[in-house]
Amino acid sequence: MAELPTFTRDAVLQLSASFNEPQWMRDFRLAAWEIYAALPVPTTQDEAWRRTDIRRLKLDALGPSLNGNARTGPPIPDYLGAQLTEEAPGGVLVEANGVVTQYEVSDALRAQGVIFCDMHTAVREHGDLVRKHFMTHAVRPDEGKFAALHAAFWRGGVFLYVPRNVVAAAPLHSALWATGGRTFTHTLVVLDTNSEATFMDEYASPPGEGQAFHNGAIELIVGDGASLRYASLQDFGPNVWQFNHECGRVGRDGKLDWITSVMGTRLTKAFQTAELDAPGGWARMSGLFFTNGRQHVDLDTQQNHNAPDTTSDLLYKGALKDHSRTVWQGMIKALPDSQRIDGFQANRNLMLDKTARADSIPGLEIQADDVRCTHASTVGKLDEEEVFYLMSRGIPRAEAIRMVIQGFFDPVMQRIPFEGVRTRIFDRILEKVG
Amino acid sequence: MTAALEVTNLHVNIGENRILKGINLRVNQGEIHALMGPNGSGKSTLAYSLAGHPAYEPTAGQATFDGHDLLEMEADERSRAGLFLAFQYPVAVPGVTVAKFLRQAVNSRRQAINPEDAGMPIPEFRRLLREKMDILGIDQKFAGRYLNEGFSGGEKKRAEILQMAMLEPKIAIMDETDSGLDIDALRIVAEGAVRLHEMNHMGVLVITHYQRILNYVQPDRVHIMLDGRIVESGGAELALHLEENGYDWLREKYGAAEAV
Repeated sequence: MAELPTFTRDAVLQLSASFNEPQWMRDFRLAAWEIYAALPVPTTQDEAWRRTDIRRLKLDALGPSLNGNARTGPPIPDYLGAQLTEEAPGGVLVEANGVVTQYEVSDALRAQGVIFCDMHTAVREHGDLVRKHFMTHAVRPDEGKFAALHAAFWRGGVFLYVPRNVVAAAPLHSALWATGGRTFTHTLVVLDTNSEATFMDEYASPPGEGQAFHNGAIELIVGDGASLRYASLQDFGPNVWQFNHECGRVGRDGKLDWITSVMGTRLTKAFQTAELDAPGGWARMSGLFFTNGRQHVDLDTQQNHNAPDTTSDLLYKGALKDHSRTVWQGMIKALPDSQRIDGFQANRNLMLDKTARADSIPGLEIQADDVRCTHASTVGKLDEEEVFYLMSRGIPRAEAIRMVIQGFFDPVMQRIPFEGVRTRIFDRILEKVG
Repeated sequence: MTAALEVTNLHVNIGENRILKGINLRVNQGEIHALMGPNGSGKSTLAYSLAGHPAYEPTAGQATFDGHDLLEMEADERSRAGLFLAFQYPVAVPGVTVAKFLRQAVNSRRQAINPEDAGMPIPEFRRLLREKMDILGIDQKFAGRYLNEGFSGGEKKRAEILQMAMLEPKIAIMDETDSGLDIDALRIVAEGAVRLHEMNHMGVLVITHYQRILNYVQPDRVHIMLDGRIVESGGAELALHLEENGYDWLREKYGAAEAV
């Protein structure tokens, strides 16, 4: 199939036809296309985009994902999809440019009724489940220009469904390798009542020329009494512009343990929202980022307490080098009836160079009166007294700096219950420290 | 051959301020020296300068250690050469445990000698650390705490001596290690230093305001600093004399301005 040139209504139809999609998905894409076409490209005049200028994004030159050969470009590196959890994964799905290259699911998971497959297969074979949750109540197409674009042109990604009362027999693991310069993957996780799962979700691309584009969505639906441990590890090449909408919805007594690592891209703008919909809901958001060169990372987080007796706990820590820039803008919201909630947010930034810049903007919108909500935000330099102290015990300067940086990230690393993930992130940080 | 710390006519500035104005001092391995003097006389500046703190700028004079030109060495090289500073105000390093820190310090020594060295095996390191902690009466849980973070004054000073015991320096500078310690903690800390002196022939330069610590760590020589210079040196009796008479007689004798 020929390359689809730019974002057009025809391109939506072609993409949908290429997957033999059911009518409902084609209609869904077309409706999203209308929203996309009607919305202006965000500018720094828009509050959510005040600190992220995307005038240099050549949206019209980009177009939808190639329906190309997954084997073009550098091969998939060995680390992608390699085991990160202590227990071997029971399901592995690796995609290159949205095309499946490796797929296995254990018999144990199949016997439990766990569904783990690429998103297009899910649309065809599990239409009712997907249709109920796909961009209907977590991420919605009308959230913004890029949410609408994703809804119209999504391609590839992964679907995980765990049935009621099932504790998934083993962790699940998906990895996306992007060499085509345009990816639109969709992750949809649905945990039915009282179910449990652990899911590792990796994104990476080789260093590349020219402007590459990733427009992803992540939806995590955690049912009543269900528990999801989810880690997204992003390590795209330095030419990628990433626009993500991510949302977790948590039901009564549900638990969402959500880990985000942002290492790559030229620019990342991500909206990450935890919706606590019923009493007893709990969400923990742990974020790590390390930027260097001219990277720009803008993370917009929301912890929405839509019901009383809910708990959210966000800790995002970032280190910055060179001329990189980060923005964290966080909001805890509580509706008038959301009494006895406990909301916490903290963002801490470590500046390794004077030329880097971090903006840290916490926010609270609390309409209930019996709540505990706290926030903390800091931007600090590398402490030379700490470095000297370590050096005074014989530790060379470079190693002393590494130790201080590792120490800085330790509190958020402690929240990651997977040694493989901790090691992966930390090795990458050390590489970037240089 | 025993190592020596030799300081000759050392001048040190902090920014624009001249703090040390010609220090002469020699401490041989195996000797115990005490350095006393009023606040602001430059004692801690001398300690930090010898340890290699980048904010302290030597403008004239020399300092050698074990034959090396100390002033040409980075702080980590000075430490690996066998010079140790027990800090008056140990620095908290959040997120780095005492055990991890000490293992890195031990391994940095090994790797400086042999870049291929894989580090001390963990069981051996743990055994060594446990042994030193027992001697200093330090709870084993201490090893898992973040370095100096939330430590009481006494815990910080004990942690300094623990580091000294692990690294076995040739010469240690103890900068007001006695400040903020109750009498029991002082005894433990002082005995720890004396043990290293006796067992390893460690040389010690004790910086203090008080005779108290010198009852345990008995000095061969006592030096008194005033306004950036060592103005008097003598035997242990000099410290006792200071304890009784204070510093006023020195200020009169040497015409120094009241310390700020």
